[in-house]
Amino acid sequence: MTRAPRRRHPFAGVAVLLVGLVATGTAFAAVNAGTSAQASGAVASQTQVEAGRQLYVEGCASCHGIAGEGTEEYPSLIGTGAAAVDFQMQTGKMPATSPGVQVIGKPRNYSDDEIAAIAAYVASLGAGPAIPTAAELDFAGADLSEGGTLFRTNCMQCHNFAGKGGALSDGAFAPSLMDVDSKIIWEAMLTGPQNMPIFSNETLPPESKQAILKWIDHLQNDKDPGGLALGSMGPVSEGVFVWIVGLGLVLAVTVWIGAKVR
Amino acid sequence: MSTDLTPGSPGNLPATTGTADGAGREQPLYPLAPHQLRLTDTDPRAAKRAERQVATMFGLSALLIVAFVVAYVMVQTDQYLDLGNIGKFQLSNVLLGLTFGGAVFLIGAGAIHWAKKLMADEEMVDYRHPAATDDETRASLLEDFNDGLAESGFAQRRMVRRTLIGALALFPVPLVVLLRDLGPLPGTSLRETIWKAGERIVTDVTLRPIRPSDIPVGGLVNASPGSLEEVQHAEGNMNERAKAVIILVRMTPEQIKSQQGEGWDYNGILAFSKICTHVGCPIALYQHVTHHLLCPCHQSTFDLSDSGNVVFGPANRRLPQLPITVDDAGYLVASSDFHEPVGPSFWERG
Repeated sequence: MTRAPRRRHPFAGVAVLLVGLVATGTAFAAVNAGTSAQASGAVASQTQVEAGRQLYVEGCASCHGIAGEGTEEYPSLIGTGAAAVDFQMQTGKMPATSPGVQVIGKPRNYSDDEIAAIAAYVASLGAGPAIPTAAELDFAGADLSEGGTLFRTNCMQCHNFAGKGGALSDGAFAPSLMDVDSKIIWEAMLTGPQNMPIFSNETLPPESKQAILKWIDHLQNDKDPGGLALGSMGPVSEGVFVWIVGLGLVLAVTVWIGAKVR
Repeated sequence: MSTDLTPGSPGNLPATTGTADGAGREQPLYPLAPHQLRLTDTDPRAAKRAERQVATMFGLSALLIVAFVVAYVMVQTDQYLDLGNIGKFQLSNVLLGLTFGGAVFLIGAGAIHWAKKLMADEEMVDYRHPAATDDETRASLLEDFNDGLAESGFAQRRMVRRTLIGALALFPVPLVVLLRDLGPLPGTSLRETIWKAGERIVTDVTLRPIRPSDIPVGGLVNASPGSLEEVQHAEGNMNERAKAVIILVRMTPEQIKSQQGEGWDYNGILAFSKICTHVGCPIALYQHVTHHLLCPCHQSTFDLSDSGNVVFGPANRRLPQLPITVDDAGYLVASSDFHEPVGPSFWERG
């Protein structure tokens, strides 16, 4: 809403309001029914799709093609689904500021309603993973211990055993999960943004994803009873600390003991 | 100790004290700078100040011990200290550590300060004495030994002597025999895993059989053999797991540059050992855009689109690929065991 308001159609405000009302209504219905919106676009109204198309043409088409077919350098969005759009735009990774090894998240440029509209439009281009419903994201009944096992099997290698993130090759990195919303994590598992592989619902079913979310929630609220976590990187940061700070102190005291007194 | 010093010239050692060499010359041992008195030796006020400093350290140490006890009693373990970006710490641990550590440090620091500033400060020489026993004692010992030898009859009673030598010679044998418990020898176990033709591939932890359609392009599945749980239970250890775990990745068939065997993929689904060939860390840091698999331990990087070859890092061998296909029920299965040993190099592998 804050960026480039003048370039909009005079009726954009009305359209957005409509989109918002429709989106809220359909989302409420979807939550109430407790069913996962499997066929992407099933819950999106034609108005929303049209509003999304306009926003898409305005903000996304220069890289991803006029109808989401992609260009030589940038990927096609056909079949990526609403979940991918929601992930990329809610985290502010899209629209990207510049191409590079890894697109970095930033404060998002679009409102919830606008993102929902673009997601509905992209979902209408081809079936893909849908935005998870509140019922899917409800991990209250999940098994925390199993979540820990699944996290250590599937997520830990890149995102660190404490979810603090870590380095990959060629300058890419796996981000920290400490401040990430459950919905964003679910969408990332389902759509595999950038270098992250896809963990489909068939091989990592929703119950398992819920268990993982519960474990990540546990990690996010965990405190350090022991002391400095030093990024929870284990021997790497702890070793650096001991070698530089610890050994430095020992050397300083040794020099003091041996120094000549005047 | 100061008796070693020349009276009247405290700390001023002759620079040429030493032994005479063969030619009878005096050998200079080491040059010594003239002794310098400390400020605390000459100025009573400085000495008094140093004394106060040492006493302050000891006194503070005592106060910290009292603070330790107070912190232990008063601070609950559910109280946390929030230092923003640095982290959240249990207040109790922070206080106990700071007070006790500080108390110990101040006792040590006070002692060192005391020794440096106030204790007697004199250079001295400690002469080295011969370490050997004198001839008389040595002769007496030899005599005792020979007496013992004669009285025991060790030289005459040959049967006793020989059986004793025999017994002592056999004594270390159990130590050698017990080395067997280091075994058994690995045999072929380092070259084989429990993968075999028709062995179902299941998801790790959740043990679900996998259909090819379950894995989208760009997908990653951490998987294991279907019979692993049974084998693990029967053997009572995780040795087979350590060798048999795999990852499944899917790319479009055009993206596959090469494979370790003709048609070892299934419609772009590739199965690779999860065990790094460097020192055996489990690896699943898969970047689906570059198809690189990175080992977090030492940054060995494998290109899964190109036969799992090493593209970076200390690994010396490519990541072994598992040939896969589908069974009659449509689930992914192995076509055979790995064709080369998984995991790090070992002695016999050369």
